[in-house]
Amino acid sequence: MINKIFESLQSAVADVHDGATVMIGGFGTAGMPAELIDALIDQGARELTIVNNNAGNGDTGLAALLKAKRVRKVVCSFPRQTDSYVFDALYRSGEIELELVPQGNLAERIRAAGAGIGGFFTPTAYGTKLAEGKETRLIDGRHYVLESPLHADFALIKAYRGDRWGNLVYRKTARNFGPIMASAAKVAIAQVSEVVPLGALDPEAIVTPGIFVQRVIEVPQAAHAGLTRAGGHAA
Amino acid sequence: MKRLNRDEMAKRVAADIPEGAYVNLGIGVPTLVANHLDAGKEIFLHSENGLLGMGPAPAPGEEDDELINAGKQHVTLLTGGAFFHHADSFAMMRGGHLDYCVLGAFQVSVTGDLANWHTGAPDAIPAVGGAMDLAIGAKQVFVMMELLTKQGESKLVAECSYPVTGVQCVDRVYTDLAAFDVTPDGLAVREIYSDIGFDELRKLAGVPLIDATQNRRAA
Repeated sequence: MINKIFESLQSAVADVHDGATVMIGGFGTAGMPAELIDALIDQGARELTIVNNNAGNGDTGLAALLKAKRVRKVVCSFPRQTDSYVFDALYRSGEIELELVPQGNLAERIRAAGAGIGGFFTPTAYGTKLAEGKETRLIDGRHYVLESPLHADFALIKAYRGDRWGNLVYRKTARNFGPIMASAAKVAIAQVSEVVPLGALDPEAIVTPGIFVQRVIEVPQAAHAGLTRAGGHAA
Repeated sequence: MKRLNRDEMAKRVAADIPEGAYVNLGIGVPTLVANHLDAGKEIFLHSENGLLGMGPAPAPGEEDDELINAGKQHVTLLTGGAFFHHADSFAMMRGGHLDYCVLGAFQVSVTGDLANWHTGAPDAIPAVGGAMDLAIGAKQVFVMMELLTKQGESKLVAECSYPVTGVQCVDRVYTDLAAFDVTPDGLAVREIYSDIGFDELRKLAGVPLIDATQNRRAA
């Protein structure tokens, strides 16, 4: 019997090695797998390269991982937010490397890695600082920039429900990078609010089929409506 | 000198968005446009973080941390709205499926180059988000900004001095004093909102302008 359900957060992240590239889902705190990140902090892996849309909010989640000095490099589109002070300080003191990627390129580079694409031409960022030094091509009268896929050793994502085969559905805008990060990582680890029996998820509505997911861990969430967290402005 | 406030500018932009349009409103001032869209028209608002059919802010106590917009503010979903992942969301932009996007700007050049992501200050932490994708993706790229900086310098320029977000990508600029179309012949004044004349506007803008206000009146 195939069972991808892990019993503890600790066991789910036990083999993340020093120097690993780890994708972390979420757009700000929506979809950020906070409990998996806490487990990664406890686990102790260092010199990580983190791929996320942002670079942490406040003192929790990704910001806590940065604060614990476990991260060598961040690949993201929007590090600067009203509450990204942990990243800001590390960046200004030269303790962390930043690879800034336009958000659509970030998403497509992740998608490309998961789809086995070796590179793609995109019009985004043509003629800007973020395309400096990159190969360009004129295709049907439009300028494009060559971008490469973004692979990862691990992806930590948050979904709503999952089953023992790793099939996932998400909740509202917490879906964001989850599905594509799952496909781009060698090992995708999903924390889900609820583990459901095989067959409980509507096959027509499964968003991430289990082939992309290696580990599922149940982390019940507090009631969603009515909760507010500091978010900060970010695009 | 008479000038529009930001809400009045947003109202002008909103009036030009037709029923059935798929629209992305950038973070900051452009989000005001949503408040002025004709409630009688069905217009689809897209948010880069994975929703179409975005509705207004929820009532107090109804906020959901997993239902937010690109500015990470709580929003709602209209009946018939949809959620999707990030690669699909940006395919909507980059694939040319959005009809309009409305963005803020530091500068717009006479050829439609846009600068809105980075001041170029050496100590600034750069952040780009979805700005570069929006700039090249939507069929019509509208900019909404004050014409002059606080120091009185025109934000319409021969060439952007700030790092650009996109090249030749802006179609129209709405400002507090006038609206401008970017045309192959240069910047055309579409409508003057102030009590100043074309010549005075040209002096303030500091770049060559074509007077197309007559066309609009005739239309």
